Amino acid sequence: MREHEARFKEIFPAVDIYEHNPRRLYLRIPREQLTAAAKFLHNECGMRLAICTGIDTREGFEVLYHFADDGNGVFYTLKVLAPKDDPRIESQANWFPATGWIEREMHELIGIEFPGHPNMKPLLTSDTDWDPDKRPLRRDYERRAEEHEN
Amino acid sequence: MSDELKNTKTRRIVPIGPYHPLQEEPEFFKLVVEGETVVDLEINIGYNHRGHEFISPELTYDQVPFLVERICGICSNSHPLACVQAIEDCAGIVVPPRANYLRVIVHELERIHSHLLWVGLAGHFIGYNTVWMWAWKYREAVLQVFENICGNRNHYAANKPGGVRRDITKEQMPPIFAAMDEIEKKTWMLTNAVLDDPVIRARLEGVGILTREQAFAWSVTGPTARGSGYDIDVRRDFPHCAYPEVKFDIIVCQEGDVFAKAKVRLLEIIESVKIIRQCLEKLPDGPIEARIDEVPAGEGIGHTEAPRGEVFHYIRSDGSNRPLRHKVRAPSYMNIASNVVAVRGGSIADAALTLAAVDPCYCCTERMAAFEDGRLKHTGQELLRLSWQKTETMKQRYSR
Repeated sequence: MREHEARFKEIFPAVDIYEHNPRRLYLRIPREQLTAAAKFLHNECGMRLAICTGIDTREGFEVLYHFADDGNGVFYTLKVLAPKDDPRIESQANWFPATGWIEREMHELIGIEFPGHPNMKPLLTSDTDWDPDKRPLRRDYERRAEEHEN
Repeated sequence: MSDELKNTKTRRIVPIGPYHPLQEEPEFFKLVVEGETVVDLEINIGYNHRGHEFISPELTYDQVPFLVERICGICSNSHPLACVQAIEDCAGIVVPPRANYLRVIVHELERIHSHLLWVGLAGHFIGYNTVWMWAWKYREAVLQVFENICGNRNHYAANKPGGVRRDITKEQMPPIFAAMDEIEKKTWMLTNAVLDDPVIRARLEGVGILTREQAFAWSVTGPTARGSGYDIDVRRDFPHCAYPEVKFDIIVCQEGDVFAKAKVRLLEIIESVKIIRQCLEKLPDGPIEARIDEVPAGEGIGHTEAPRGEVFHYIRSDGSNRPLRHKVRAPSYMNIASNVVAVRGGSIADAALTLAAVDPCYCCTERMAAFEDGRLKHTGQELLRLSWQKTETMKQRYSR
């Protein structure tokens, strides 16, 4: 069932694998290896990208690439971390169109930079006068009590 | 694209949306055309955002399923089901068998009503209003079953973390069986009528082709993928709920055109009827929910096969009673993006149909609202005003 995991370990020895249960694997890798790892999972192992999740954590901006291994019923989630003073993660959109929208969304809502993206304009607010410096999914984004009164 | 446009005099832009009679919901497509042929497409979304990922961390795990149920009125069971599965995955909860069966029943009923809705709309798009009225009439039977077992025609509130909220009693079963018989009969009639009609075939075959390679590269899901020969279905590939215990076929077509997608959806209705019958017959006795004491710190992934494809939810917990981060991805998010390749090379007249062929659900795709300094920045009325303003600007531009 887990030939992909064994091969992944061989090619990327720096990976830190956490098995939540037999169908959910979380693979933490250095961000420099992201493109090679994503190419391996998509091109070599035939996995589909479910989506990416960007999270603002204490350590930095974490981006999760959820790859679905439909043949075996396992989720491989690649985890990369970008420090807050250098929030850059290489864009995958030029070779993997499925990441095009979600990278724009993460850039817009969290402020992670994706150098190399062919069309990095806001996905959700391009037609509004939203201030692009406001990032609603950051922890320091001010949530006020009054917002629920509307 | 704009620079390119300046250089080529033959290229024109045909805007569809944000509000357009062919669309149920706001979305803006800019078709770049050369003569009658579509050469490029730009998609603008963001007219329908409500900020679910922003609101969710403020709610408790019991409240979150109600919030995500409101993401969409058509897949209003898929989102809560995926969400509670993410919570259960995080906390390691085993759901009782009876609850698993009840979940599948509601989930498949939803697929029937959603596919019939699409068939009706597709018929309407190509000018077959009889198909539209038939399909929606047959759909009504499903809505009545929903009202009978959930108390509501839509927004069923069927799922909760650990199980389901409502049981199905023995007395409630005969009307469901009767409705299934009726739907099966009528769907076969509709399917044969639609698939045999030479005009519909001529109109849909070879239109808006998405190849298997493109489907894989854009990671599309659901009937959009299966219509292109990309054989994936969460119900089979990731065993969950009671799906491993029932028999059903996965409908796959190789052509990748609009006709293939219509065929997949119509035949899937029959499979759903089969699944519901088996579930009702096999429904085991026992409790309908498991007790949840706490959701420990950690993360969980929940997903399920919604009518349009895979609904994906990710939850990160810090051990409190609220999620720290909740990511929602609806199938249309992946499917709509793939339109960029599906409409290229087709004619303008086919474009609207191709765009509709993925059964786009904009409510699902967009879940953000513009908040600033704690206040809602754009009310519905203002958005409407912005849209009118934009339409007005465009009118002036094109009348010149």
